[in-house]
Amino acid sequence: MIRFLLRRVLGATVILLVISAVTFLLFYSIPRDPARLACGKTCDPESLAMIRASLGVDRPVPVQYWEYLVGIFAGRDFAAGPCPAPCLGYSFRDQSPVLETILDRVPTTASLALGGAVVFLTVGLALGMIAARNQGNLVDKGLSSLSLVMSSMQIYLVGPLVLAVFVYHLQLLPSPRYVDLTEDPVGWFKGLLVPWLVMSIIFTAAYTRMARSTLVEQLREDHVRTARAKGMSGRTVFFRHAWRGSLIPIVTILGVDLGSLFGGAMVTEFTFALPGLGRLAVNSVTQTDLPMLMGVMLFAAAMIIAFNILVDAVYAWIDPRIRLS
Amino acid sequence: MTETTSAPVDSAAAGSTAGEVAGRSPGQLMWRRFRRDRSGVVAACVVLFFFAVALFAPVISRLYGKDPYTRYGHEREGLLNEFEYPVKPNGGIDGEFWFGLEPGQGRDVFTQLIFGIRTSLGIAVAVTVLAVLTAIVIGVSAGYLGGKADYLLNRLIDLLMAFPNQLFFVAFMPIVAALFVDPAEETPAYIRVVSVILVLWFLGWMTLARILRGVTLSLRDREFVEAAKVSGASPWWIIRRELLPNLVTPILVQATIMLPTFVTTAAALSFLGVGIMEPTPDWGRMFARGAEVYQSDLTYMFFPAGAMVIFIVAFNLLGDSVRDAFDPRGQR
Repeated sequence: MIRFLLRRVLGATVILLVISAVTFLLFYSIPRDPARLACGKTCDPESLAMIRASLGVDRPVPVQYWEYLVGIFAGRDFAAGPCPAPCLGYSFRDQSPVLETILDRVPTTASLALGGAVVFLTVGLALGMIAARNQGNLVDKGLSSLSLVMSSMQIYLVGPLVLAVFVYHLQLLPSPRYVDLTEDPVGWFKGLLVPWLVMSIIFTAAYTRMARSTLVEQLREDHVRTARAKGMSGRTVFFRHAWRGSLIPIVTILGVDLGSLFGGAMVTEFTFALPGLGRLAVNSVTQTDLPMLMGVMLFAAAMIIAFNILVDAVYAWIDPRIRLS
Repeated sequence: MTETTSAPVDSAAAGSTAGEVAGRSPGQLMWRRFRRDRSGVVAACVVLFFFAVALFAPVISRLYGKDPYTRYGHEREGLLNEFEYPVKPNGGIDGEFWFGLEPGQGRDVFTQLIFGIRTSLGIAVAVTVLAVLTAIVIGVSAGYLGGKADYLLNRLIDLLMAFPNQLFFVAFMPIVAALFVDPAEETPAYIRVVSVILVLWFLGWMTLARILRGVTLSLRDREFVEAAKVSGASPWWIIRRELLPNLVTPILVQATIMLPTFVTTAAALSFLGVGIMEPTPDWGRMFARGAEVYQSDLTYMFFPAGAMVIFIVAFNLLGDSVRDAFDPRGQR
């Protein structure tokens, strides 16, 4: 297990390095003037000159990237201020290291992703199981039409609608905001309830479909037939045998979804005005803060890769036939 | 018995005539299966309707007598109230303004929607075409050439697939725009459109390329390709005449999946305020505006949102039917 993890982490570091190199190259060589993009919407010539000097934009891009890499391990000093290791860049607009802001936003994004995952996983799997048990009849057909419509929904359509009707007009649901979990657990739950629910409408359908199709497949497998032949009850067969086998593909897409959600659920955060990583990314675009964007990209890529490794480890735990080698 | 019958037989009825064996191309078979799928045909009609609206938007707006830019609410008295919201109930819907007026700007919602659909579908079609072409070039070269080229192209696909794509779309928008214009200047509308197309294309082709590589790899050693090689056909001829016809199925199926996601992703970019900007009419931009005014005027969002849900549901249904028609053994 430890050897497996070590190898995967090593491989992940290489991928992350390549992603960071490609992103850096794209971000700092495509624009005509990267310093201008790091300077912010309102930019006076003085600070532009300072940023040019700090970033060293006149030097070749690979050299700049090397300095960026060194900065991650050793820290850097910009004319605008110090950036202690691990330095993912310095935001000249905020006058602070990028990582500080990112870490500040992580709790919101993490709460949103984990809470949302609990909702869409429970609802999605439950609906998938119901559909699989009623395979072919009206319930199954109804659920598959429902998931088709739900998967065609968009957060930017449902979000404002739910807010207008259920939050502001009927006042049935609490209005969304972010409160720290450690400060006020009840407020945290209430504030994130609407975002979780709206996010789940979009994600649930994929899990319902996946759970249904893998369960239907599993029910035809030999080990399920054997269990039936041994005289096990339908319920035991369903939950003990078929169910377990159907988990692998579900864990796979959950890993992908969680990985990308931890990098920032942009549309959700934007719709409900939650101060997460996704909103940070959008704001850095509209206010042209290139170093911040670079930092968020790198962080999001790291999250995706981390969840990939986690998924591989979970596979082995679910299915002992999969060897970690 | 197997020769053509003397009496002219309707081709649709021919299949049921006893003993009749008629040769049909896979395309004809697919078309016959597709026509029998009722939900698929309805979905196809809905999708075609949307494309027709997009194509003929200028004609429709000429007949309707309005355009998406004029601020009717400001030019005429009595349309908007002092808070710049439509005076009439339900967002100002009446015989003249079918879908109502936009709060604040006072523009006509109907023409904005049809021109918005035009922009969005135009972008989505352009990205789909670019992505399919890229996928064909990269997927077929990887599969046909094999060896080192295959390895390198596969690593490239791996790398691009590891990118956080949603974030990349958003983050890459200003970078691409800054390639064309100085960030200090105002970005012209067409450059915005081109940037959206380029950004979506950049991370849009990998899935299809991987599928095409797999299919090409399995076709490469089949007898008909061997035969073509032995008879002295050039690689280009083999790819064009022997391989490409066999790749039509995965390309069409994947394209029906790709196009609606490009529509929704482009709309999300506009919604987040990094895609298409004012005053270019755009489907996604209408949601951004709708999210600003929904507390006072929910009707503004009603038509664009309803249209989008209908379009995406229809396109997904169409995609399912196309898949079934090409591969009748596959189960949903």
